[in-house]
Amino acid sequence: MSGFLAPRFAEARAAKGWLGAHRWLLLRRLSQLGILALFLLGPLAGLWLVKGNLSYSLTLDVLPLTDPLLALQVLLSGHRPERLALLGAAIVLVFYALVGGRVYCAWVCPMNLVTDLAGWLRERLGLKGSAHISRRARYWILALTLLLPLAGAGLAWELVNPVSLLHRGLIFGLGTAWTVVLGIFLLDLLVMSRGWCGHLCPMGAFYGLLGRGSLLRVSARRRSNCNDCMDCFAVCPEPQVIRPALKGEGAGVGPVILASACTNCGRCIDVCAKDVFVFGNRFNQHTPSNDPAGKAGR
Amino acid sequence: MSDLQPSSSAKPDKAAAARRQFFADAGRLACGAGLLGLGLGLYAKQARALPPAALRPPGAGGESDFLGACIRCGLCVRDCPYGTLSLARPEEPIATGTPYFLARQVPCEMCEDIPCVKACPTGALDHGLTDINEARMGLAVLLDQETCLNFLGLRCDVCYRVCPVIDKAITLELRPNTRTGRHTMFIPTVHSDHCTGCGKCERSCVLETAAIKVLPIALAKGQLGQHYRVGWEEQRKAGHSLVEDKGLGDLPDRIPESAPLEGHYDPASQGGPSLAPGKAATPDSGVDSLSPRLPGADAHSAGLPAMPQNIPGGGLPNRLSDEAAR
Amino acid sequence: MSLTRRDFIKSSAVAAAANAAGMAVPGVSEALAQQKNDGIRWDKGTCRFCGTGCGVLIGTKDGRVVATQGDPEAPVNRGLNCIKGYFLSKIMYGKDRLTQPLLRMKNGQYDKNGEFTPISWDQAYDIMADKCKAALKAGGPRNIAMYGSGQWTIWEGYAAAKLWKAGFRSNNLDPNARHCMASAVTGFMRTFGIDEPMGCYDDMEHADAFALWGSNMAEMHPILWSRITDRRLNAKHVKIHVLSTFSHRSCELADNELIFKPQSDLAILNYIANYIIQNGAVNQEFVKNHVKFKKGVTDIGYGLRPNHPLEQAAGNNGYPGPDGKPKGDPNKATDISFEEFKAFVAEYTLDKAHEISGVPKENLEALAKIYADPKTKVMSLWTMGFNQHTRGTWVNNMIYNVHLLVGKISEPGNGPFSLTGQPSACGTAREVGTFAHRLPADMMVANPKHREIAEKVWKLPAGTIPDWIGLHAVAQSRALKDGKLGFFWSTTTNNMQAGPNINGEIYPGWRNPAVFVVHSDVYPTVSALAADLILPSAMWTEKEGAYGNAERRTQFWRQQVKPQGQARSDLLQYAEFAKRFKMEEVWPAELLDKAPEYKGKTLYDMLYANGEVNKFPVSEQMKGFENEEGKALGFYLQKGLFEEYAAFGRGHGHDLAAFDVYHKARGLRWPVVDNKETLWRFREGYDPYVKAGEKVRFYGHPDGKAVIFALPYQPAAEQPDNDYDLWLCTGRVLEHWHTGSMTRRVPELYKAMPDAWIYMHPEDAKKRGLQRGDTVKVQTRRGEISTRVETRGRNKPPLGLVFVPFFDEHRLVNKLTLDATCPISKETDFKKCACKVVKA
Repeated sequence: MSGFLAPRFAEARAAKGWLGAHRWLLLRRLSQLGILALFLLGPLAGLWLVKGNLSYSLTLDVLPLTDPLLALQVLLSGHRPERLALLGAAIVLVFYALVGGRVYCAWVCPMNLVTDLAGWLRERLGLKGSAHISRRARYWILALTLLLPLAGAGLAWELVNPVSLLHRGLIFGLGTAWTVVLGIFLLDLLVMSRGWCGHLCPMGAFYGLLGRGSLLRVSARRRSNCNDCMDCFAVCPEPQVIRPALKGEGAGVGPVILASACTNCGRCIDVCAKDVFVFGNRFNQHTPSNDPAGKAGR
Repeated sequence: MSDLQPSSSAKPDKAAAARRQFFADAGRLACGAGLLGLGLGLYAKQARALPPAALRPPGAGGESDFLGACIRCGLCVRDCPYGTLSLARPEEPIATGTPYFLARQVPCEMCEDIPCVKACPTGALDHGLTDINEARMGLAVLLDQETCLNFLGLRCDVCYRVCPVIDKAITLELRPNTRTGRHTMFIPTVHSDHCTGCGKCERSCVLETAAIKVLPIALAKGQLGQHYRVGWEEQRKAGHSLVEDKGLGDLPDRIPESAPLEGHYDPASQGGPSLAPGKAATPDSGVDSLSPRLPGADAHSAGLPAMPQNIPGGGLPNRLSDEAAR
Repeated sequence: MSLTRRDFIKSSAVAAAANAAGMAVPGVSEALAQQKNDGIRWDKGTCRFCGTGCGVLIGTKDGRVVATQGDPEAPVNRGLNCIKGYFLSKIMYGKDRLTQPLLRMKNGQYDKNGEFTPISWDQAYDIMADKCKAALKAGGPRNIAMYGSGQWTIWEGYAAAKLWKAGFRSNNLDPNARHCMASAVTGFMRTFGIDEPMGCYDDMEHADAFALWGSNMAEMHPILWSRITDRRLNAKHVKIHVLSTFSHRSCELADNELIFKPQSDLAILNYIANYIIQNGAVNQEFVKNHVKFKKGVTDIGYGLRPNHPLEQAAGNNGYPGPDGKPKGDPNKATDISFEEFKAFVAEYTLDKAHEISGVPKENLEALAKIYADPKTKVMSLWTMGFNQHTRGTWVNNMIYNVHLLVGKISEPGNGPFSLTGQPSACGTAREVGTFAHRLPADMMVANPKHREIAEKVWKLPAGTIPDWIGLHAVAQSRALKDGKLGFFWSTTTNNMQAGPNINGEIYPGWRNPAVFVVHSDVYPTVSALAADLILPSAMWTEKEGAYGNAERRTQFWRQQVKPQGQARSDLLQYAEFAKRFKMEEVWPAELLDKAPEYKGKTLYDMLYANGEVNKFPVSEQMKGFENEEGKALGFYLQKGLFEEYAAFGRGHGHDLAAFDVYHKARGLRWPVVDNKETLWRFREGYDPYVKAGEKVRFYGHPDGKAVIFALPYQPAAEQPDNDYDLWLCTGRVLEHWHTGSMTRRVPELYKAMPDAWIYMHPEDAKKRGLQRGDTVKVQTRRGEISTRVETRGRNKPPLGLVFVPFFDEHRLVNKLTLDATCPISKETDFKKCACKVVKA
């Protein structure tokens, strides 16, 4: 980190080339922007493949997708949504329960683009020091978002929710929502490393909880190859999830990252020159050390 | 970051300190979240105070319910064929992300199939609303009688003619123009039992600032005390006198036959129920005896169809005594 | 273009008012301060929309009309206005006002297919004169034509009539009143021998019953409607009967609403006549002394092109037959007796009338009773429902039949009253002789005596005015299409939107390479854009003007502001154009030999500098007011024209007061004799032309008798069938005036009524799988338009009929209408043709 433009993760790049070291990042950006583009096709090009926003959308007039957290808030405010909204929530619940709740954060949520940018810039500028707030704060805020409708305040969180403000704003008109987005960006950049997504966002918390038992997981399968370069910790938005799997061999902990906060972003896979990490399922606890074949490929 | 920071030293009371730290952290978080919640709750309360000019799409219930049910997806906005609806932006004094329209800008065109309601996934717009005439988005009120052109005697009545529920939601009540002595004023009058609050009237008002505006019903509507009933309305609703089983009637008034009193109200001598001996009371005809009749008033109406429904009392009111003004 | 349309400017009235508000001068009395700061000059004027003729005061400041108000002392409206009148001050200031002449040019030359290019007035007059002279040379006076309107001021119409009929010796001059009032005119002429209503608006305060025959006064004559409503409100016995082919706003007040099948008004009128006779209600004394009976020829066709099967079959349409001679005369009638008339209408029983019209019997009877009851004073009113009718003349005659049978005419509260839609349909189009068959003061070009009188007033040698009847509006369109006109000048109207069958006749006519089309207008209307040369006209108070309303009231106003840009009044356009013609170029030598004083002179000298028209100096103009014509020509042109024109009518039942009197009066109803207005004509005591002891005299006919015509019910020219299954009716709305060229430029009015939707019965919509708001195509055999379906709102058509207003230039409903006319009046029937409606 000698300079603003100094290449990062030099090891991985040396070993796998630039593309190899950015593979999942590129796929993820493609996914985030692609989904946004699908939503924007209607208002911008009149091509209505998808109507609505991340709160609720209807694709090709048949596929409903509902934000389950919002559906839950509606339910808690004493209102029973129509069939389509419930069906949409069910589809989303099942999907994220399988692929990992926080896949939403890394692969879908438009705010991730903002906070990733803030995180990247923070590192590039070498900004040190970060306000101390527990990562558990998000669960309290989540509880709050669910308590408010129960207390008759309606979907109060939606009044300020930066995620929906941004996504809805991009599709229906941003208005002053940009100030909130800028606020989040500055928070992450200047006040708190990974402040929003990692500490505060109740949606992330909710999706994290939702994906507790998800099938799709990152596994430090070849953790024995680890050369302690710490690049994975540096790049991970939730670095606390790595240690148990990567360094747990001694304690008899399997190589699969089971922490629900993991967003399945795959950046650890990208930046590891030693190919320690792979996507796998949660039950595959094999590592080359206990697998004589040593051929558990990615 | 606390999770990541390795302990600086390994003391025997490490576990106890960690426990204390945990509770301190938890308390601090709870306080923070509580404060945030309080702020949000107050903000939400304020956001629930919809500005009077902002109208909700058809089928939206009370504002409190609506804000609990609307998921802010904007599908109603998308399916409105007239571009009437928008989602509120943060700077607008309307709950962010919720759909609304401003009648003065783009009113509701009252689609027969109500696509906005059909599109609503949560039922925040009530799917039970299938007849757009039953929608109550607000209530039109002719607020300014000083600038309304029709109150000045001019023939504007644009609000009336653009009303999709013309002759029911808005009628023109006729009032003599005593200033000119020879013209009628057509007073636009809104009827809450038919007004859907679509806003076409407000949109079309030709004044620089509309004299007629659609307001939230709660703001627009007065309420009669439960302790009083409107007699003629109750009788109309019942279809008969509420005391018809009591055999009420009247005795004829003594008036010289040679000098009948024009317009004198005497039910007994005008075919109404009489208590006079020899004439049986006929309760059924009680309703008709309500209004005095001028002799000759019906002479020309023989064979004519009924009067238009919207003229109060079934007939045009008598002209006020303004002969001097002519 | 539509963008600029919507891009209106705001009137400076607000700015002016705001300016006036916050500026109190201390120490000066409030009134004075008000006057000083307000700075608005108020002067008398008249509304320039419909034929009601509401008086207004016009406020000008800094050379701009900044405000108007209803004139509180105007007898017609007492300070009131309708919503169009409320916006009068905005109509002149649309952003796209035409301010310079525009010629279609390519490579610096006129080209029929070129782009509109600004040119100077001199260039414009030059090319006009060239084209006109070429057309005259090629085809004589029959090869040129002019089309004007009831929006011409009185002197403009008069000047145009004189230019065409005396100058160019062509009777090819017609006003758009042909589409509007022609049937009323022929109705008056056939029955009474003299044009225009006998009664006046004061009838409304005296009648006991009103019958609206094809008129939606609630929207089209809003101020008069409020008077009728007041009468209804004031006197409990007063009843309103409304006849229409669909339910509209006037029906709301109706005690008796009669929705009849299109064209069946003919049967209803004969039924009423029959009812009157059968019930012994005929006013025997009146009929004996003042009425005679005639039977009109039938089989008169529908005014379509001669090759149309209906015309081939017609025996009395007056068209050339196989032998080249005219096939009869649709206007012909033979004398009959009362008994014969009685026998003629006897077949129109209640049953038959009900069967033909579809109106419930009790409603028909209730209507007949008001006419038959001798104690009920009845006012019958009508506009386009009667006039735009392939039997328009007949139906006008037939309403007079009813009134004449019972003698309910020409007295307060009793009378048939034909309303007008244009501000000067009466005052200009009809009275000054702008119809192709007329001369000033009801005189006819076909009548040698009338021509002689006109030639004397105009100082013309005998034989100057042609004896042939010129091309009427629809015939002009057909002649243009057929290449029979080389020069065509259209002005003060928008025929490309208002005329019938635009696709089939008018547009191909105007774009025909054989013709040079000049169009004078104030805005780039569809007509202007279809022309070859556009002349920018001054409008309303940018010139001194006069209009005559429906009750024979002549009203004047002064020029209040300068015309915008290079715009010029139509009057000045004619004067300047006339200067371009030497008498030798337009008159044959033998005619000129009879008037050697005109040799070497110009048309202008002969027409407008003839010693009469130019005899009033500009010093007689009101000080402090502009007069562009006076400035340009050096004399008081308006006064000269008016006084010369007034000479036609004075002493002949059309007496007008002196010019200066009108500038001081809030309008006067002619005949003005001995400084008194006439309210009811033909009635002793009211009408100075009826001598003492005569009681009633219909002096338009030499024998003093009005005519009752025996005329049958006949079906419409085109009726719904399997292919086109709906009646299409067109008409107007309150918010817009006619083609909307002015009112659609007022943002508030545009907003109040932006688009013309098709009004349809909800069941008819459902049957076609349509719901309210759906985009549909309305198709006839002549074309199609796209619009949206309206099943609610102000108009409620019965099953089988649809209604589309014609104000909307984005959907020209007259692409659909049929150019069938009344064969006598030549007025188009815009109310009846067959259409279908399909989902777009």
